[in-house]
Amino acid sequence: MRRIAAIAAAKATAALSQRLRMGGGTALPGLVAERVDPHIVPEMARRLGQGSVIVTGTNGKTTTARLLRGIVRAAGLRPVANRAGSNLMRGIATALAQAAGLDGGFAGAKRRLGLFEVDEATVPEAARALRPRLVLFTNLFRDQLDRYGEVEHVAAVWRDAVRTLGGSATVVLNADDPSVAALAQAATGRVLFYGVEDTSRASEGLEHAADARWCSSCGSELVYSAVFYGHLGHWHCPTHCRVARPSPRVVATRIEMEPEGTSLMITMPGGEVSARLPLTGLYNAYNALAAVAAAVALGIESEAIERGLGSFTAAFGRQERLTVGGRRVQVILAKNPAGLNEVLRTITADGEEKDVALFLNDGIADGRDVSWIWDVDFDLLAGKVRSLTVSGNRAWEMALRLKYAGLDTPSEVEEDTATALRLALRATPEDGNLYVVPTYTAMLQVRELLARWARQPAFWETS
Amino acid sequence: MELKLRLAHLYPKLMNIYGDRGNILCLERRCRERGIGFEVTELGLGEKMKPKEHDLVFIGGAQDREQRRVAEDLVKEKGKALKEAAAKGVVILAVCGGYQLMGRYYRGAEGEELPGVGVFGLRTEHPGPGAKRFIGNVVVEWQGGTLVGFENHGGRTHLDDGVEPLGRVVAGFGNNGDDGGEGAVCGNAYGTYLHGSLLPKNPRFADHLIETALRRRYKDLEMAPLDDRVEEMAHAAAVRLATRRGIISV
Repeated sequence: MRRIAAIAAAKATAALSQRLRMGGGTALPGLVAERVDPHIVPEMARRLGQGSVIVTGTNGKTTTARLLRGIVRAAGLRPVANRAGSNLMRGIATALAQAAGLDGGFAGAKRRLGLFEVDEATVPEAARALRPRLVLFTNLFRDQLDRYGEVEHVAAVWRDAVRTLGGSATVVLNADDPSVAALAQAATGRVLFYGVEDTSRASEGLEHAADARWCSSCGSELVYSAVFYGHLGHWHCPTHCRVARPSPRVVATRIEMEPEGTSLMITMPGGEVSARLPLTGLYNAYNALAAVAAAVALGIESEAIERGLGSFTAAFGRQERLTVGGRRVQVILAKNPAGLNEVLRTITADGEEKDVALFLNDGIADGRDVSWIWDVDFDLLAGKVRSLTVSGNRAWEMALRLKYAGLDTPSEVEEDTATALRLALRATPEDGNLYVVPTYTAMLQVRELLARWARQPAFWETS
Repeated sequence: MELKLRLAHLYPKLMNIYGDRGNILCLERRCRERGIGFEVTELGLGEKMKPKEHDLVFIGGAQDREQRRVAEDLVKEKGKALKEAAAKGVVILAVCGGYQLMGRYYRGAEGEELPGVGVFGLRTEHPGPGAKRFIGNVVVEWQGGTLVGFENHGGRTHLDDGVEPLGRVVAGFGNNGDDGGEGAVCGNAYGTYLHGSLLPKNPRFADHLIETALRRRYKDLEMAPLDDRVEEMAHAAAVRLATRRGIISV
């Protein structure tokens, strides 16, 4: 009875919130359902015929989950997934309540697979409630230290969660990230590693934003023979303890960056997959590789994996492309030093001058502490921007950071998001590309403005 | 004699919490723009410090695991030299974890004690795993103006009698959330919880450190003013946000 009331309440909340245009209704319905029946998530998750998958990690959760969703669909399964970024328990509860009937069951339950991106700190709670058959860990970067606490703390939380998963669950791990690879020691079930073997895009040294370079076993400084980005690469401990990057079973053997996308060759036990994705940046090659590894662990055939990857379109605010007033606008979320470094490297890769707008907010969902921008290598932009617009409520902090990177005079520093976005569009030549790089709350604002202006092509030119 | 600031950067690989790098970038830029040479010596685990070879010593913050690794080395390998340097008037800037380790001791959440160097007469104690962390924007009233930054610490620092704080808290928690003090000053040694980065948007404090550090060797030093318009805007925005915070809805 209580379950029916909870699901009904969630569905009513979702309908109401959409009618009142309060937003997508991605979290509130779940919150309501959990209030009415705290056991709602385990109750419903148990009825998913194919069980559940958790995707977590600092960077790439949304894109990886979305890629995996396409693959799972191509394999004939019907995923129940939470919406982009709505990755706390309430977001999971919302997704389940919306997909379920009033009795908490699912139509076509046999082919139903829960596929949830989960906030790093929420992993233990989500794992307890969902009893997942697979957990995918993408990477662990320094991110929002004010919110998550220290990197080591997140690693400890993950270790404990992996230890309690049980022997029937598979853990899929990034071999190139030492602190993710170390989770294998806590696993009691099957472990599948993935990693990049194509070293043509590797650099030799670690960048300033690099973390996790200490051996999890003896504490010595790790040695890298190749660094892909942040602290991801081919690593080993130089001491007698001989801890080293595990050899991955699912491997990116070729990664080719193109102006509008990425070509990938991925090999796996008994097959290989090639794909072209409308996403750029090495971090997105990692996202695709992670999704493929999870699909392999789920037993999905390479043919379905290839078709699934082919069906991909970019997620909300993750390299999404829009056309506004004749300008092509690409929105790329950036929220931590390693991620933003890779975004900057991707934007500037072809050496041509770019129009760029950076939005720095310090809301709770962005991280209240903006000091992370001092660890970003903005020097990458020097000499490569035609116009540079700086905005967000910490616009002046960003302008100051850029001054130190040799970008003394941004075209505009404007705290107001809408005004700044208009200025950035005006500074971009017609038929040109504008790269908009916001933090999380700024992305929500930017995305809404762009969507509105895309429907009214001349809007941004007025006032 | 060519003007040159000789900086010792302690444990750059281990004590490098968000934004500590900005402090080094700032010191370097503000020296170079004035034609002052700048030289950094990075000192890691096991490396000795020579007190006579530095004008300014910087130590940043770290995550707990790194802080434990550093604490022992700091006391054993560099403790004596740091005290000698402090006694000679070498400028020391210690931020967050580095500040805690420059005190007499740090007692962690589980009660374990890390001995400190004792440059500052102060102790830091973490009240326990369940205790609230002091996280947020800070504004401090310092003798040379306001200081702005961000704090994120579990430990509560208490100054010994007679030790002066760096400033008075206008917004935020400061040393312990109780007595209104933030940081500590002992001669030319400065300790603080403020990062964010601290120095770039507090250019007067940065210049105060540079000037104090160089005056020991260059009596007639003139510090030319720099164009700090962007710095002042960032400073003002940080003060505004810390003292009257607008809500950003998510």
